[in-house]
Amino acid sequence: MSADVAELSTRSRVHYLNASYGIKSWLLTTDHKRIGLLYLVSITFMFLVGAGAAALMRLQLLEPYGAIVQPATYNKLFSIHGIIMVFFFLIPSIPAVLGNFLVPLMIGAKDVAFPKLNLLSWYIYVIGSLFTLYCVIFGGVDTGWTFYTPFSSMYSNTHVLAAALGIFITGFSSILTGLNFIVTIHRMRAPGMTWFRLPLFIWSIYATSIIFVLGTPVLAITLFLLTLERVLHVGIFDPAVGGDPLLFQHLFWFYSHPAVYIMVLPAMGVVSELIAAYSRKRIYGYSFVAFSSLAIAFISFLVWGHHMFVSGQSIYAGLVFSVLSFLVAIPSAIKVFNWTATLYKGSISYDAPMLYALGFIGLFTMGGLTGLFLASLATDVHLHATYFVVAHFHYIMVGGSVMGFMGGIHFWWPKITGRLYPDKWARLAALIIFAGFNLTFFPQFMLGYLGMPRRYAVYPAQFQALNVMSTAGATILGIGYLIPLIYLIWSIRYGPAAGPNPWRARGLEWQTPSPPPKENFEETPIVTEEAYSYATMAPEKSSV
Amino acid sequence: MSETAATNVHAGVLEEQFESLQTQHEARKLGMWIFLATEVMFFGGVFTCYTLYREMYLPGFEQGSHLLEVTWGALNTGVLILSSLTMALAVRSAQVGLRKLITIGLLLMTMLLGVAFLAIKFILEWHHDYVEHLVPGINFSYTGPYSAHVQLFFCFYFFLTGLHALHLIIGIGILAVLCVMAWRGRFSPQYYSSLEVAGLYWHFVDIIWIFLFPLLYLIGGR
Repeated sequence: MSADVAELSTRSRVHYLNASYGIKSWLLTTDHKRIGLLYLVSITFMFLVGAGAAALMRLQLLEPYGAIVQPATYNKLFSIHGIIMVFFFLIPSIPAVLGNFLVPLMIGAKDVAFPKLNLLSWYIYVIGSLFTLYCVIFGGVDTGWTFYTPFSSMYSNTHVLAAALGIFITGFSSILTGLNFIVTIHRMRAPGMTWFRLPLFIWSIYATSIIFVLGTPVLAITLFLLTLERVLHVGIFDPAVGGDPLLFQHLFWFYSHPAVYIMVLPAMGVVSELIAAYSRKRIYGYSFVAFSSLAIAFISFLVWGHHMFVSGQSIYAGLVFSVLSFLVAIPSAIKVFNWTATLYKGSISYDAPMLYALGFIGLFTMGGLTGLFLASLATDVHLHATYFVVAHFHYIMVGGSVMGFMGGIHFWWPKITGRLYPDKWARLAALIIFAGFNLTFFPQFMLGYLGMPRRYAVYPAQFQALNVMSTAGATILGIGYLIPLIYLIWSIRYGPAAGPNPWRARGLEWQTPSPPPKENFEETPIVTEEAYSYATMAPEKSSV
Repeated sequence: MSETAATNVHAGVLEEQFESLQTQHEARKLGMWIFLATEVMFFGGVFTCYTLYREMYLPGFEQGSHLLEVTWGALNTGVLILSSLTMALAVRSAQVGLRKLITIGLLLMTMLLGVAFLAIKFILEWHHDYVEHLVPGINFSYTGPYSAHVQLFFCFYFFLTGLHALHLIIGIGILAVLCVMAWRGRFSPQYYSSLEVAGLYWHFVDIIWIFLFPLLYLIGGR
């Protein structure tokens, strides 16, 4: 198909983007694709707020005695950075944007099972974010994203209630999204789409949804109890009347550790799709990769105590939690080895999404292995609450989840918008992000190992060189994130038409036009092949 | 899409994302079961805290439990079990296609029993506790032995029964909507999934109470 024909067909055809116009047609839509885009806009906005807080923190740490803000303000900066990035960006990022867009497309359905509930989830998310933004604008919160009692319940005089309520409300958005995905995957698959023909992205989203549904309510109830305690001072977590502050930590981490897997599992799903598409091979050990997602979801509920090795938890509990935490390494390693094996003798092309996928594998491996240091009781005593922990979880959350998110957005952007972005800029941005990320966070491993504690606005002068390196890296990273923001928006209007399948990838979503029609497929597709059946695909014409 | 499916879409009972009424019915039921799993974890968090503190402060919690009126709790248990029966009968009546007035009557009876439960809970029990100065954070002034732990007990008592009552109020609201739908003749033996799903929710709220009653009222050798 020549470019002109493709251009014409994108403009003249009726698809989900031009089926109806006007702000109302977006705010009242029940189309999962439009809801995905609503999420994309809202989480990008929240990302910018969270990134702003991070930028100020890195500027502050340029100098040992703090360059720009008072320590009290610094406390608010890292709290709001954590709250926004975890609850309002990372957790909804891949599931609510790409998941919403892709789950019905990938399984050959017209929509999710409960479209109105899907829209409601977005509104709930927006209401939750408004509480959080209120909290940011009117003075902030200084408890950290963890809200540990008794500081959050008795001593902090910042906007703890607004922040906690914002997270409480947003939690229901996660729960309803997860519920919707589970029912959709169970009940809406196209004829012939058996469980073992599902793309691995779907398995990941399924595992993530289980955590959404079973984990989030525990956080909700915990924050509710915290709110009661703060308002009424009734003693649920107050030692003065017999309450137990450690209980809060147990309840909090019961959700918040699995939440880490909410963030990384969907990225693993994206990476499986990318590795297969750009190696032109079926994923090696499909069923192992699929079940490792479920295994991670299951084990994730059993490891929360490793956050509390030095909090006064029983030493025997610590031992058990340490062993269980090591177990997570097994399914994670299964994934990494299988991706690597897929690359072996693959026909690899280094398009921008693939660069993100390869970046993910390297950075996630580093993040995962340093996690083992922290899961070991003895080394954790030294490393707990240092920058080593900060570096570790940023390697997972940014090096893993955000890399996966960026890779996924680049991979499916032509499907979402029907347009191609400039490939050279995209590859350049991926490399800048990779370099900037490592320069930001690798020095933090060293800082933590040398003993620099986290959450302080000042530090001893001997740590300055590494902190300056980290701030320089953060600047590069920031530029790296801005470039895609610009060319992706540019491409919506000026990008060349993509055609239905610009990457020659397999999967139902590539068999429908880009952008897809409102009802996704002209006819319900019938699936006769396994996922990633690249071997049976006609070879690419060399003249293209 | 088959001809019957097209008719169903036209009648407004089959939503367009589903291929058949059967799939839609199954999806809704599965959705409710998953929601109930969420609810189990929601209540489970508080049950865990309660169990832990009861283990740590058993004498105080027994003391607190003795201050509750067990007859009212038992009466309410009976009321809710009866309401589950009428709820189940309402679903059944729609499923076998009895006259719509029978379904509506059974739904109204279920709602009435729900309201009776709330009346006993709020007007008799909570009011009584308020008069006795047993409401933590508002007027708690119990001075007997283990008073701090008795306060903790009442904290959980009000939180758990309050959360349960909130679920019941939502349930009554849902049943009211269903009554209107039944009045308009929306249900048939082919299409009664809203009723069945609401029934699942109602029974779940009852089961929560079946756990709450012994946990709160029956500890300490009664």
